[in-house]
Amino acid sequence: MLILTCPYCSVAADETELSAGGEAHVKRETVGADDAAFEQYLFQRENPKGIHFERWRHAAGCGKWFHAARCTNTLEVFGTYSAQTLEPPKNITDAISAARPGWTWRNFS
Amino acid sequence: MSTRLANGGRLIDRNAKVDFTLNGKRLSGFAGDTLASALLGEDQMLMGRSFKYHRPRGVVASGAEEPNALMNLGEGNTFEPNARATTTPLFGGLKAASQNHWPSLEFDVGAINKHLSRFLPAGFYYKMFIHPRPLWKHVYEPFIRRSAGLGRAPEAEARDPDTYEHFYHHTDVLIIGGGTAGLSAALTAGRAGLDVTLMEQNAEWGGRAPVDATCGGPSEIDGVSVDEWINNAIQALEKMKNVTLRTRTMGAGVYDHGYVLCYERLRDHAPELDGPRHRLWKVRAQQIITATGAIERPLSFAGNDIPGVMLASAVRDYAVNYGVSAGDRTVVVTNNDDAYRTAIAMVQAGLSVPAIVDARTMADQGLVSQARALGIEVKQGMGIAKVKGTKRVTGVALCLQAGEGAVLEEIKCDVVAMSGGWSPVVHMWSHCGGKLTWDEDGQFFRPDPDRAPTSHDGKAFVSVAGAANGHMMLGAGLADGASCAAKVVAACGKKVKAKDPVPSATDVTEAPMAPVWIMPQGANISLRAKMWLDYQNDVKVSDVQLAAQEGYESVEHTKRYTTLGMATDQGKLSNINGLAVLSGALNAPIPAVGTTTFRPPYTPISMGSIAGEAKGDIFQPMRRSPLHDWHDDNGVYWEPVGHWRRPYCYTRDGESHADAVNREVKNTRENLGLLDASTLGKIIVKGPDAGRFLDMLYTNMMSNLKVGRCRYGLMCSENGFLMDDGVVARIDEDTWLCHTTSGGADHIHQHMEEWLQTEWWDLKVYVANVTEQYGQIAVVGPNARKVLETLGGMDVSQDALSFMGWADGTLAGIDVRIFRISFSGELSYEIAVKAGQARALWDAIYKAGQGFGVMPYGTETLHVLRAEKGFIMIGDETDGTVIPQDLNLQWALSKKKEDYLGKRAHERSFMADPARWKLVGLLTTDRSVIPDGAYAVADGVNDNGQRNTQGRITSSYYSATMERGIAMALVKDGPDRMGEVLTFPKTDGTEVRAEIVDPVFYDKEGAKQNV
Repeated sequence: MLILTCPYCSVAADETELSAGGEAHVKRETVGADDAAFEQYLFQRENPKGIHFERWRHAAGCGKWFHAARCTNTLEVFGTYSAQTLEPPKNITDAISAARPGWTWRNFS
Repeated sequence: MSTRLANGGRLIDRNAKVDFTLNGKRLSGFAGDTLASALLGEDQMLMGRSFKYHRPRGVVASGAEEPNALMNLGEGNTFEPNARATTTPLFGGLKAASQNHWPSLEFDVGAINKHLSRFLPAGFYYKMFIHPRPLWKHVYEPFIRRSAGLGRAPEAEARDPDTYEHFYHHTDVLIIGGGTAGLSAALTAGRAGLDVTLMEQNAEWGGRAPVDATCGGPSEIDGVSVDEWINNAIQALEKMKNVTLRTRTMGAGVYDHGYVLCYERLRDHAPELDGPRHRLWKVRAQQIITATGAIERPLSFAGNDIPGVMLASAVRDYAVNYGVSAGDRTVVVTNNDDAYRTAIAMVQAGLSVPAIVDARTMADQGLVSQARALGIEVKQGMGIAKVKGTKRVTGVALCLQAGEGAVLEEIKCDVVAMSGGWSPVVHMWSHCGGKLTWDEDGQFFRPDPDRAPTSHDGKAFVSVAGAANGHMMLGAGLADGASCAAKVVAACGKKVKAKDPVPSATDVTEAPMAPVWIMPQGANISLRAKMWLDYQNDVKVSDVQLAAQEGYESVEHTKRYTTLGMATDQGKLSNINGLAVLSGALNAPIPAVGTTTFRPPYTPISMGSIAGEAKGDIFQPMRRSPLHDWHDDNGVYWEPVGHWRRPYCYTRDGESHADAVNREVKNTRENLGLLDASTLGKIIVKGPDAGRFLDMLYTNMMSNLKVGRCRYGLMCSENGFLMDDGVVARIDEDTWLCHTTSGGADHIHQHMEEWLQTEWWDLKVYVANVTEQYGQIAVVGPNARKVLETLGGMDVSQDALSFMGWADGTLAGIDVRIFRISFSGELSYEIAVKAGQARALWDAIYKAGQGFGVMPYGTETLHVLRAEKGFIMIGDETDGTVIPQDLNLQWALSKKKEDYLGKRAHERSFMADPARWKLVGLLTTDRSVIPDGAYAVADGVNDNGQRNTQGRITSSYYSATMERGIAMALVKDGPDRMGEVLTFPKTDGTEVRAEIVDPVFYDKEGAKQNV
């Protein structure tokens, strides 16, 4: 039962107010992509024990999608941010670096 | 025999006699009793039978850890199985029944299993019943299920009349456990000004300290008696406005980010009270202190499961708290000093203690001297070779602990009070990831403060105090409670005043305990096979040793192989002893073997408390169309559609539902039908980029739709499967109205939002779900135009409003928007109206329709009409694995558009495979209706010996129009096999044959809808 703060309405929302949307920063592949790239897009997901970037929606609140950076092992939350970005903002990656030096996730670090 | 003593009993009121029954026998106890203490007071030691061997079982413990005394409570609607007698408060009229025996508790046929015990070792079921495979399902499993089980499930027709509720609570500090350490912590945190919530699972505050104060424990705290200090503490806490106190409330589970479930039993002790029976607290706490105490461990000696063998602490609890003697002659057997308190308590109660059997050899000091001073014989270095008796202890045979079990002497007794030391209750600490460390001095696992559960900020949010933290002495526990609270206060950003008092008590010095996991140390196999570890599941020392021998070295594997700790008590007594035996068998230290996982709830909580208020009418919300009441008044037969209720059909006198559907179908084709289509999803998509957006969402082109026109569209998910369909209308230059399926409205709206917010956030588009803002009425049939013309207000002629057009106007003075769309193949107008005026419009149409043969029709008629026309239905023809090409809908896949959701997926090899099953119509050769979902069989069998298949039914109805069964199906190469006959086996063993035909059964050219 996580608590995540919605970056749009600033509510510290209980998990019952939220719906999980899987991995964040998945790049859409479409017509023209080869089978391997398209398979990666459709089916292949990270499953880390540790740092993870996820999509959440404030479903029983403002309705907005946002991203969360957290540790799946300790449940530490490093921050939430707009879903309308291709990579996590620097204050988030800095917060992770401070807690977990040397971390990597896909091509972020 | 066990009996009520003439004196004593700090928790009972001897002036208030309480009558109850066990297995129909009338018994009585006193107010304040538990069911277990009242039964003991009535000489009822035998309280149940074990799970596997049906061995007679007496009560062992006095609290939540009890494995044996499980009872059925109540009857009929209030029946409840598996209640622990030790935590069941006694009340007048309580009806209890013992479990897992037949025909009676005293004489049980299943007990013959005990003679088979050498044939029922660990893993027996796995080894015995695995071959031959088919026998498992038909012979072994039904037999095992009948003979296994403890309590039975309530009757299927029973309905719990009690109410339950959920309670949401936010607090700075939640303290679980109102013993002396918990009270000490609450005082410190409360004085520092934090919001404090203190929960105690029992009805009384103070935990074990008041009992032990009477028999060799510290009798004073801060210079006053233990009882008085507890009362003072509660009074002080009650005066603090920032402190919430609850008894009869158990911490059930600790979860992420300070979320805790607590279980309050409000009326279990007094069913006559008003209000909810149980309350589930959903607590969010910044910090949690678990002051959950410790549980005494049994010792493993032969016959340690015979009724009358009890935990030493329980024996003195019954005497001191309830004035109940478990028996006249109590032999105490121990590896530690604490059990001496039981001997002292027995002597003080005027009972006999023939001997204290102590596995240790040590100096004459402290509690040992106190016991000897009372004239109790202490036999050092000794153990129990064997307990005598069957349904009740009659004596013990003693041996040297260091030996192999040669009997040195026998002592007559009727109670054996055992103590193998104490284990901290670490469950709450462990639920959310707190790790444990092995304490060599106390021989127990205790919380490792360096590896606490962490919260959102990466910092610890659970702390532990008192005996739960390994501080078994009263004074040490009080100090630990205060210092734990001080750290929590700091974590919450407050300060404890320097002069804040820390409660203190003078602890009695105790000699170190000795690790004794088997008694005697060198016991042979015949003794080890009678040493019970898990009383409820009949797991013995020999079973765990066998599991280790067979390679089950992981503690989690051993648990599942032997069922150690898997019963309703979840191994509260057996866990550490089992681990120790396993570690001995593996020749590995205990901490290297580790523990199994602690999972919530701490003890079982009622299903009612989990459901809370959600039952009956408020189990889930019901959505009503604006015409709901009219349907209700006009013979409706309801069908649930998502959260909606929709009319399935409207029955008239003497009609079956099938009759009604056939009548509605015919009347709609021949005269005039009215359908409440209000549940249809209605989503407005608006903005300069709305056309571009819809072109990505739908497989066909929507941007080039002309204002005033409608177009049928398909939506696929990104992996190509059909997810929804519906008619899209263009309202103005930058506004489209998308109709979705009734069940799809919410998730299609969310689907749109998701793509707009997370992928195409540069598009200037808003979407709004206006499903409930409008009622929608379909006016269908050859007389549809005539009835609207009668109402007047707008031109609904073919010239003014042609097929697939829409127009705004008024009907009978009501503002409407009419769509010329048809899901039936008939002349059809779907009329949208503001929800508040839907009923007025429906009434007007219905009244005007009287001259045109109007009848309302329901969803089943809608289905038949659309199937006759070969129109697909999302959820019937589609199931999440079907693509538009399977349904011959290639025409709706735009070739002009570069991209849309699902386009790339359709290029994947499996999607493009010509062998995919495709949509056809079917006509049964005998005109019957094929069962929905039936499979068409092909030649040969698959690897499982089942017939191969070549197609399946997706929709199947009786067509009143054609007076025969019709069906739609997905069939391999179907469209190329027109005229072929397929065979469909039915579940009754017969078969039905059907010819492959075009799926459009009625009005193939579509003339009737376009007039």
